[in-house]
Amino acid sequence: MTEILGLAADNLISPIILSFALGLLAALARSDLSIPEAVAKGLSIYLLFAIGFKGGAGVAAHGIDARLVGSLVAGLVLSALLPFVAFALLKTLTRLDTLNAAAVAGHYGSISIVTFVAASSVLTGRGIGSEGYMVAVAAVMEAPAILSALWLVARSGKSADIDAGLWREILLNGSIVLLIGAFLIGWITGEEGLAEIESFIVAPFKGVLCLFLLDMGLVAGRGLRQSRGVLGGGAIAFGVLMPLVGSMFGLGAGLLLGLSPGGVVLMMVLAASASYIAVPAAMRVALPEANPAIYLTLSLGVTFPFNLTIGIPIYVAIALALTGG
Amino acid sequence: MQMHEVKRVEIMIEAPMERRLSNALTENGVTGFTILPVLGGSGRSGRWSREGQVSRAGGMVSFICLVRPDRVEKLLDAVFSVLERHIGVVSVSDCEVVRAERF
Repeated sequence: MTEILGLAADNLISPIILSFALGLLAALARSDLSIPEAVAKGLSIYLLFAIGFKGGAGVAAHGIDARLVGSLVAGLVLSALLPFVAFALLKTLTRLDTLNAAAVAGHYGSISIVTFVAASSVLTGRGIGSEGYMVAVAAVMEAPAILSALWLVARSGKSADIDAGLWREILLNGSIVLLIGAFLIGWITGEEGLAEIESFIVAPFKGVLCLFLLDMGLVAGRGLRQSRGVLGGGAIAFGVLMPLVGSMFGLGAGLLLGLSPGGVVLMMVLAASASYIAVPAAMRVALPEANPAIYLTLSLGVTFPFNLTIGIPIYVAIALALTGG
Repeated sequence: MQMHEVKRVEIMIEAPMERRLSNALTENGVTGFTILPVLGGSGRSGRWSREGQVSRAGGMVSFICLVRPDRVEKLLDAVFSVLERHIGVVSVSDCEVVRAERF
């Protein structure tokens, strides 16, 4: 417990978290501070490219093992399974109807790549290694949860608008293409390739992440302000409880696969995080009657800050305690 | 100058539906339209701003089409096939153009 508190305290006063807090407070205080949309987009492209490239270079350096396939399969299964867990928890804790509960549940099977990037940065800062291919696991976890959410809706007799175009948009969304593309470039070019662009994608990484999280704080704060009163106590409790429950599934998968301590942490983070980019867009198309204020506020306004500030230190402490790392 | 009467159809729709509405319009013979980004506004769910969105999912876009009056009905059928279940606003107003052969 003392270790968890120590890790949480260290995490809370890191530049990354304080940048996020600055954005959040500025938005809640109605400051006109803003990051231009194009700059935020540029920062996210940089982060996705850097994390993908470094993951690929890591795989090139350490080689592939059977755990890679196992981890990908585990990611797919977790993404498809977690919406059912989330749906059951929502039905217990809230009065959300099936449509809204399923839409929210879909977000919790999918992942937040920013949480993954922040956790990777924490691991790097502590000198804890992880499997480079966890980037690919993150990519495969984006979509299966959407299928599970739509199945939950179809089971209740309601219809969802699904067309071929929607699947193309989900599977080939810019973030996935960039992440996997950079991963492959890193894998192909290996450590030599990494050495060539190291000064661009390694040294400035944390600084760029701070600016990006400043923007995420602003976005989360504005979202919370605009959606005041949308979430009840049960929904907020779900937003905090579900990541902890999800992380336990990730922990189980990571330990079963025999991942490194850092790999276990990342698997926990992936299972604990909730999407706020790919899934909301899919839900707007497939389930337009579901209220976006509920699922966006929950995933971005409650679960994302929770994971960033308290969740990640908890996952690190648990993974290190159980793997002896 | 000789002016010609046309109808101006303005459709405000959720950004994730942009491609679907563009396709529906094109498939129904409406090949001329303009798409504009929407900065924010206020509606039944209260005020919103594009600034508060982390992705396009929460944003809106505005389509503007100028068509001959006899083509409005078909255009609206195409629009509603996409818009029916979604957040959006459709308005039709009278306007005049100089070059009628373009519409």
